[in-house]
Amino acid sequence: MAVIAKQEDDSKQDGLILTADGMSLKKSLARSLRMQKLRALMLILPLLAFILITFIAPITDMLFRSVENQIVRETLPRTLNELQYWDLSQKKAPGETVFHALYDDLEIAIERKVHTRLGTRLNYEQTGFSSLFRRTGRNLDAIGKIWQKQFEEFDPFWKKGENWANLLMTSDWINNAKEWEKTSDHLQPPFVLKPELVNLLPKTTEAYSAFARYVQLEENEALYKKDPWPGIYIKLYQDLISEPDLSALSGMGADELRSTAQMVSTFETISFKDGFLEIDKDWGEIDIWRTIQVYASSYTSGYFLNAIDMQNGPDGPELRPENERIYIILFMRTLYMSLIITFFCIILGYPVAWLLVNIPTRKSNLLMILVLLPFWTSLLVRTSAWKVMLQQQGVINDILVWLGLVDDAARLVMINNQLGTIIAMTHILLPFMILPMYSVMQTIPPSYLRAAKSLGATNWTAFWRVYFPQTIPGIGAGSILVFILSIGYYITPAIVGGTSGVFISDRIAYHISSSLNWGLGAALGTILLGVVILLYFAYDKAVGIDNVKLGG
Amino acid sequence: MGALTPVKRANPIFCVSVVALFGAVIGLFFGIAQNQGLLGLIFGTFLSGAVAYGCTRMKKEKTARWGLVIVSTLFGFYWNGFTGLIISVILAFLFGWLIFWLFESRYRMRLASYLTPIQVLWHYTFLVICGFVFFFLITPIIVVMPLSFNAQDFFTFTPEMLQLQPEGYSLKHYKDFFISDDWRQALRNSFLIAPMATVLSVGFGTLAAIGLSQPHVPAKRIITAILISPMIVPLIISAAGMYFFYSRVGLQGTYWGVVLAHAALGIPFVIITVTATLVGFDQSLTRAAASMGASPVITFFRVQMPLILPGVISGGLFAFITSFDEVVVVLFVGSVGQQTLPWQMFTGLREQISPTILAVATILVIISILLLSTVEMLRRRSERLRGMTPG
Repeated sequence: MAVIAKQEDDSKQDGLILTADGMSLKKSLARSLRMQKLRALMLILPLLAFILITFIAPITDMLFRSVENQIVRETLPRTLNELQYWDLSQKKAPGETVFHALYDDLEIAIERKVHTRLGTRLNYEQTGFSSLFRRTGRNLDAIGKIWQKQFEEFDPFWKKGENWANLLMTSDWINNAKEWEKTSDHLQPPFVLKPELVNLLPKTTEAYSAFARYVQLEENEALYKKDPWPGIYIKLYQDLISEPDLSALSGMGADELRSTAQMVSTFETISFKDGFLEIDKDWGEIDIWRTIQVYASSYTSGYFLNAIDMQNGPDGPELRPENERIYIILFMRTLYMSLIITFFCIILGYPVAWLLVNIPTRKSNLLMILVLLPFWTSLLVRTSAWKVMLQQQGVINDILVWLGLVDDAARLVMINNQLGTIIAMTHILLPFMILPMYSVMQTIPPSYLRAAKSLGATNWTAFWRVYFPQTIPGIGAGSILVFILSIGYYITPAIVGGTSGVFISDRIAYHISSSLNWGLGAALGTILLGVVILLYFAYDKAVGIDNVKLGG
Repeated sequence: MGALTPVKRANPIFCVSVVALFGAVIGLFFGIAQNQGLLGLIFGTFLSGAVAYGCTRMKKEKTARWGLVIVSTLFGFYWNGFTGLIISVILAFLFGWLIFWLFESRYRMRLASYLTPIQVLWHYTFLVICGFVFFFLITPIIVVMPLSFNAQDFFTFTPEMLQLQPEGYSLKHYKDFFISDDWRQALRNSFLIAPMATVLSVGFGTLAAIGLSQPHVPAKRIITAILISPMIVPLIISAAGMYFFYSRVGLQGTYWGVVLAHAALGIPFVIITVTATLVGFDQSLTRAAASMGASPVITFFRVQMPLILPGVISGGLFAFITSFDEVVVVLFVGSVGQQTLPWQMFTGLREQISPTILAVATILVIISILLLSTVEMLRRRSERLRGMTPG
């Protein structure tokens, strides 16, 4: 370091100066600067990584969740694929192919028990989906059973899962599977279909593969013994009705397959659409299908629209009906009550800050403790104290009744409403207003006021024209701080606010822990975060974030 | 502080009328309490007026004030037993002081002599306003303390408590607190989580604060903004995000999940306090140490650390109290196994409201008083060390 100082001296002279080890000075200085930067970064890096992982990543995750919408595409891939050909303008529910795809999607979704989750997800956008999917989940089998029953009545061969496996799988696999069943201590051998059947019965083998994957990987049961889902009978019917050339087929079940193939033309069938409509008439509603189509994409603005009381209507985003709007009101209430709280903090904090600055240090230190003690006291202690003070059988009401100012029967309602929230939060946030005001007022020389007065200003003019303008930075800093803290508050409003005094944070908590509509909770949170970040930049511009002082 | 304005006895009429005014207000209160507002008003006015007049006639201030105290003690005891005695003694001291404060013009003693009466009046009105604000700030915290000794399961003062009868008070809520498994478990969890979170925040935070106060830090603004952000982002949003993310990585509902979350929340406080201490730190000291052959590690522990220790400790206390007080994040990130004291209090306040909460509150207030005194002491010490006057 000392060397560098000397070099800096030298560098005032012109020309290429070399350091002791023969490097050019410029280079050497740049290198040392780089080293310094690197060292500083190395010190910061662990914490930066820590914060990025424990804090920034969660926030990013929340932002992501507010637009994420994978579940519809994951659960109904075939349906959505068919649905893109559906023409909304015809004002008719989609045709048979869509319902067929829906059957295929739902059959596996129901086995996985994810259809109710999808129903819940779509229910956020349009009520009725949840019960629709639930009911369909209970009755979907009825459609497939129509085919299944005819197959089984014609030939009991089709009843048993083993026969299906013998027909479709290679004999190697069947031997392996039987072997596995005896011990079942290691992983089940993955299924292998007979290659010739894949060509002859394409739909059946495809559906059976899906079934086999699910049984082996997700359910982890013995595939060999497992009876197939009703949907596979439908596929087999469809394969057989197109009259494949089965003559070359040999092996187990080949004869049964051939005899059945001759009979399938006599089987009776129903259309999937009719089947679904029988389960629930709602499947014929255009709105249902429109909603599925709108939320087909993996990312959606739906949660955000929901968070500002809008919805995706037929002609793009539109406002929700009057009686369903709650979030805008809550946002407005949050902002408006935060403003009131900030205002009261200014009104109450200003005189106190002034007093603290203008009395002797010894006394102001003592009084400062009265400001800092609430600041240091647990938030819940203060909130419970206010609950004790404000409730109808509480301290304040008791004193008022005792003094006769309030009738015993007409005790004041000061809690579980906006008044309760405002009183408690003003108390809780007041120190955050006093401290910045105090530190700004400390820098204003008292002689300014005296000078103004000696020049003939009245007390009021001296204060208003000379002192007050100089304290505005303090008021601004305190106000932004109080406002930022206030709009995100959850605990205090939840305890003393009742239903009319809660903030938007209450809805966020509700959606995350009770209604489990995480996307909406995340969207509400993102909007709130946006407001806070805007204010944060304002604060940074006004005071500088590294000028925040704690404890005076 | 010496007197700015010489004081002398003033015209008793002013003193008597102001005291009578005060007496009227207090009389009105007591009157209303007995459903006899007007009578109380008149009685209060005349009684205090007479007392004030009597006192201004006395030559010696001490005799007058003590006489007043003794008379009202007897009267108060006769009127309403022990409670009456206490109330009247307080009133007697108050009025004795007020009478002579006004009569001797002491109220002008501390003020510049050129102030007009209106300005003097405004000065004291202002003090009273400030007094109300301080009262507002401190009362809720004070009120819970006596209430926590309530013998009943009420959240308000019972008549027995007001009459200061011993049977009105008991330690049963404290006993409940120490006996109940839920509360003990909560206390244990709090003391398991908060210190761990503090260690993490102080460790990472101090290093980063030192890094941040180096002269050349690239992208300092952005880095500071990121490091401070846990303090700025509303807790409910942090809690929501952490809940989503920690469930993905399997930290949700675990001890370490809560500790990491709390450590992140405490870090801004460590950064701010340690950076503030480092502002006054003389970098040439580390250079001097280095020039004498100390390795950077030795320099840090032997030279820099002792000097910034007060800042580090207060930062640590801030981090500790942040975690110890935190409820929103632990509600989401924690599970039943991580119920902390604030969590228990929160559910207690929301559901089965029991006065045990007040006992816990009192204990927490005492803890915060201890922490506050420590931080204040450290702050003054560090300012003294840096040659600043303690503020």
